[in-house]
Amino acid sequence: MSKIATREAYGKTLARLVEQDDHIFVLDADLSGSTKTAMAKKARPGCHFNMGIAEGNMMSVAAGMAAQGNTVFASSFAMFATGRAFEQIRNSIAYPKLNVKICASHAGVTVGEDGASHQTVEDISLMRSIPNMVVLCPADAYEAEAAIEAVYHYNGPCFVRLGRSAVPTIFEEGKVSFTIGRGKTLHKGSKVALIACGIMVNESLQAYEALKSEGIEVTVIDMASIKPIDRDLIIETANTHDVIITVEEHSVIGGLGSAVSEVLSQYAPCRQVMMGVPDCFGESGTPDALLEKFHLKAADIVSKVKEQLK
Amino acid sequence: MENLAVLQERAINIRKNIVRMVTAARSGHPGGSLSAVEIVETIYFTQMNVDENNVDDVLRDKFVLSKGHASPVLYATLAEKGFIKEEDLISFRKLGSPLQGHPSMRLVRGVDMSTGSLGQGISAAVGMALANKAQGAPYRVYALLGDGECEEGQVWEAAMAAAHYQLDNLLAVVDYNGLQIDGNITEVMNPLPFDEKFKAFGWHVIYLADGHDFEAIYQACEEAKTVKGKPTVIIAKTVKGKGISFMENQANWHGVAPSEEECTRALAELKGGNA
Ligand SMILES: Cc1ncc(C[n+]2csc(CCOP(=O)(O)OP(=O)(O)O)c2C)c(N)n1
Repeated sequence: MSKIATREAYGKTLARLVEQDDHIFVLDADLSGSTKTAMAKKARPGCHFNMGIAEGNMMSVAAGMAAQGNTVFASSFAMFATGRAFEQIRNSIAYPKLNVKICASHAGVTVGEDGASHQTVEDISLMRSIPNMVVLCPADAYEAEAAIEAVYHYNGPCFVRLGRSAVPTIFEEGKVSFTIGRGKTLHKGSKVALIACGIMVNESLQAYEALKSEGIEVTVIDMASIKPIDRDLIIETANTHDVIITVEEHSVIGGLGSAVSEVLSQYAPCRQVMMGVPDCFGESGTPDALLEKFHLKAADIVSKVKEQLK
Repeated sequence: MENLAVLQERAINIRKNIVRMVTAARSGHPGGSLSAVEIVETIYFTQMNVDENNVDDVLRDKFVLSKGHASPVLYATLAEKGFIKEEDLISFRKLGSPLQGHPSMRLVRGVDMSTGSLGQGISAAVGMALANKAQGAPYRVYALLGDGECEEGQVWEAAMAAAHYQLDNLLAVVDYNGLQIDGNITEVMNPLPFDEKFKAFGWHVIYLADGHDFEAIYQACEEAKTVKGKPTVIIAKTVKGKGISFMENQANWHGVAPSEEECTRALAELKGGNA
């Protein structure tokens, strides 16, 4: 098991795609080394345009390039991509359903030391609320590669949430498929089901192992496709378990937990517990210290599961 | 003006603290902090009326670090003012520290605006100056912008508003160090020329060929106070990473912390006092 950041996987996949398709444009806002779009620039310099520190303009420019029949990947930190440019995304990209892929890195509290101003825990919520928008949050580098491939083949606006930190790989390289709108059941257990996205899938898998050693088997689902969400899988899980625990590195308001609860409340009422960042801002600290602070480590998931089984 | 030797001596200490903080945090932004040392120090020690007695007041002279990633230069200067304990500086960016990666006005005495998202601080400074003007409060507002930051459209919306409302109580300084993250500002997204742009937006413009020259910065700030009916901007040509030979004019020292060994070398250079 190696450790690779999902943004690395993005850069690598994008570099491959721009070499084989000259109808791809890549835009960045002075963060091409960090978002890894520099890798695509290296592969085919003519595809890449640095738009400077001007995210709002970048998103509407992306819309214009897409209107000329191109697939446009636009990147910045998730905070500035989705926050600063929210309304440009809504009105210039999503409303006209243009083929722009917003691939944003440094999402969540694991941005770490930069602190609250850079730690977006609202991006999924913001993007999910926009009509026409697909929202993906891959669990590891290999699933990220597959997700980038999937949004490339999908015609329409997409948001892909990527992380800063190198995180353990959980899938096998090149062997993970990605279908927009489908979740993946990684372990089938009983009573308690963990539904996670992003780096919380790995924490959930670790929790699974720890619980298994104590004779408790939980279900673990990787819900990388947050919108559209896998309604059938959620309903089936609700019908076969006593409680669903959603785990995300995002605010509990409007993120994966909310998306799951929107299905449960309407189609298959089931008890749900939400693990995520409570209604508060992050702060400076190491990524690991912050995950601990917000009770998002495997050990916290283990305790939560046991609490539910009591 | 305060004694030049005192200002210079203090600048060395500010630079040392910047290097120490970023090294201890193993992250942060040394380049753009070091380029702004003389500017921030001159504003705090020769212009702003802020001290232990009024630092907690809502109404007083204010400083907005619009390029919030340069928090080390602000914290190190506030330590010189006595608002932060010097020994607390090394808690920078650690969990639980008030010294966040980007400044928070709710956590640190003397931080006048929470910043970090580029382009927004200058608008907040416009708001402060506009409120002062509308309420007849005789306080001045200072804002420090990055040259790359000036690529944000919001900076120019703020510039338009400041001139429109004749905010002669506002002084903006552009830290013109020529670099941003992805490289040279003229190559990434050229925001030049600053002087003609600000002039066209209705500002009084002062160009400083050496933004590390205390006397020149001081004179420019004094000139700004005499300008009536329009805001003033100082375009200060600076050197990113100023004072540490291996960091000077290097874009890759924007947001990287020195190793312990590099830190020792940097501190030794600063002791030499040839800055
Ligand atoms: C809205 C926004 N977009 C992107 C960033 C990430 N970022 C931090 S510093 C920086 C470059 C700033 O360049 P400049 O203003 O020239 O600062 P300096 O060189 O003086 O440090 C960028 C793009 C940010 N903080 N805010």
